[in-house]
Amino acid sequence: MLEFIQHIINGLSTGSIYALIALGYTMVFGVLQLINFAHSDVFMLGAFISFYFSTYFRLASHPSAFALVAALLSAMVGCAAIGYIIERFAYRPLRGAPRINLLITAIGVSLFLEYSGQQVFGSSPQFYPQIFKPEINLGVGSLSINPLQVVVLSISIVLMLILQFVIFKTRVGRAMRAVSFNHDLASLMGIPTNKIISLTFMLGSALAGAAGVLVGLVYPKIDPLMGVVLGLKCFVSAVLGGIGSILGAVVGSITLGISEEFLVGYGNPSYRDALAFGILIVILLFKPSGLFGENRIEKV
Amino acid sequence: MKFKNKAGIYALIAFVLAACTGNKSTETTSVGSADIIKIGEVGSMTGSEATFGSSTHNGIALAVDQINAAGGINGKKIQLITMDDQGKPEEASTAVTKLVTQDKVVAILGEVSSSRSMAMAPVSQQYKVPMISPSSTNPRVTEMGDYIFRVCFIDPFQGTVMARFALETLKVKSVAVLRDVKNDYSVGLADFFTKTFTAGGGKIVIDQSYSAGDIDFKSQLTSIKGKNPEAIFVPGYYTDVGLIARQAKELKIPVPLLGGDGWDSPKLYEIGGESINGSYFSNHYSAEDTSPMIQDFIAKYKAKYKEVPDGLAAMGYDAMKVLENAMKTAKSFDGKDLRDAIAATKNYQAVTGTITLDEKRNPKKAAVVLKVDGTNFKYSATIQP
Repeated sequence: MLEFIQHIINGLSTGSIYALIALGYTMVFGVLQLINFAHSDVFMLGAFISFYFSTYFRLASHPSAFALVAALLSAMVGCAAIGYIIERFAYRPLRGAPRINLLITAIGVSLFLEYSGQQVFGSSPQFYPQIFKPEINLGVGSLSINPLQVVVLSISIVLMLILQFVIFKTRVGRAMRAVSFNHDLASLMGIPTNKIISLTFMLGSALAGAAGVLVGLVYPKIDPLMGVVLGLKCFVSAVLGGIGSILGAVVGSITLGISEEFLVGYGNPSYRDALAFGILIVILLFKPSGLFGENRIEKV
Repeated sequence: MKFKNKAGIYALIAFVLAACTGNKSTETTSVGSADIIKIGEVGSMTGSEATFGSSTHNGIALAVDQINAAGGINGKKIQLITMDDQGKPEEASTAVTKLVTQDKVVAILGEVSSSRSMAMAPVSQQYKVPMISPSSTNPRVTEMGDYIFRVCFIDPFQGTVMARFALETLKVKSVAVLRDVKNDYSVGLADFFTKTFTAGGGKIVIDQSYSAGDIDFKSQLTSIKGKNPEAIFVPGYYTDVGLIARQAKELKIPVPLLGGDGWDSPKLYEIGGESINGSYFSNHYSAEDTSPMIQDFIAKYKAKYKEVPDGLAAMGYDAMKVLENAMKTAKSFDGKDLRDAIAATKNYQAVTGTITLDEKRNPKKAAVVLKVDGTNFKYSATIQP
């Protein structure tokens, strides 16, 4: 029984990390109908930006919540800037082009970031400095709960709520939804569509940056290819939850996290990575819109 | 604009032509100048096992420096050509092809990882250029051809070492195994450990696996914890082992981890932190050994690189020394003559032990068990074959 509860706790904690990245996928898709494959590499850049930031300011010598916030800010601001640049120079010139061109460009940007990352940061894994060490023991008996992962889970939930608020309660959010509904019509209504799309990218990338810091803290080994498998899994989570849906991304991620955990704990660990893609196939076959997705009627 | 483009293309063509002729001319000079012997080295200088490549390279380079300073081999200086495979088997085999066909090396040194050595071996065998692996311990490496040698012990023995150490010194009866299924070395070592440990009366309570590059091992560790083993055998590489140790501590698993020579890296403690303290692994040599030969090697290595050599550096050094020894006696540096000379290696005194290559091109050597204590690895036991 204890083992079962521990598995649930572990699953929740991996799921919450998936959720942070899946949110970015889902947001960009919601507005642009673009699967931004470079998203997982922006996440990697977030980890490295905060890595250099923390090393430069020696944040690890005084681990504190303040250090965590500073590192988070550095990564979020850095990644937002990178997100803007990617959108401005890779995606915007293709605005009128067929969607497949955008998709291929996204894969290109992703490969570009991965391989220039290996050139710039080196391909050896780096040890991520421990800038935040909560000492509270949350475990009960022999159950263990890593306080860091509680932080990760709460940060993903808070970010999800903020996103939900921004998208459904603010003018910018309304503009985003309008652009998502019909790009051309929105621009006729006086919505600065380019600005809104840039903003969406910056928000999504900032989320990825935050995820980079948190993953670095929980699994202190970062390398330029760290986003590849994680990114694909988060993409699957977003599809599972219904791509475009904020709540769906979080629910999908936690579902995937817990299913993987049970598969590894009680079944065959070799199928861990296969599980995500198995789920993807099943979802695409039986419910392509995902758990919380709305059925869009594609206009021809 | 158009003119510029054309000029650019002509420049490019001229450059390519120059490069081609340049290549040819260096080849002729290298054939002409008979006073240089080229030796190729393939290693993971970057990637997740970067310290394997860099340590081995340091060891080899130290040996080359010493040989050249002493006048080379029969008056000929050694030139070491190093290729980085980034830790990828496919890059390793391409590197061998390049070293053999373009650089015309007479022998290949490498790799550390068994998976990569196995990718390189068929190429070496095909071109009949002898290859010496410093520290690939999977038995299948040298079975790939009669031009493939190694200077380290093999996993059937290394697995036995840890199993005997667990049974006799730690006196544990139940052990969990956590192996890396993507890694030939890890799978082989886990199998041999299991065999000896169960034959000796021990019990493997659970056999779990992961894939190299995973970052979350808590699901496996939670299942392992449920079986209450007295130790966990983790024959992986240091980056994964560091994270595993960290997460085992987090899950409050109080037992020591046991492992093989894949743990041997200064990065192990950096990633694992205090959680890895008190764990044991088998290795090729101990820097605490007081034999004058080892201490002399350590002193020279420290003078050059300002750090204590790890086991892989010592193995790299030995691989080069065994090759040197063979080159001195070989009739010529042709593939076949050199191969025969290496195969005849007998009672050669190397840093990591006395090397006699058997008919399967493997040496028989003792292994040491080291205990992790911060960045130091404390000598714990020697296990004879």
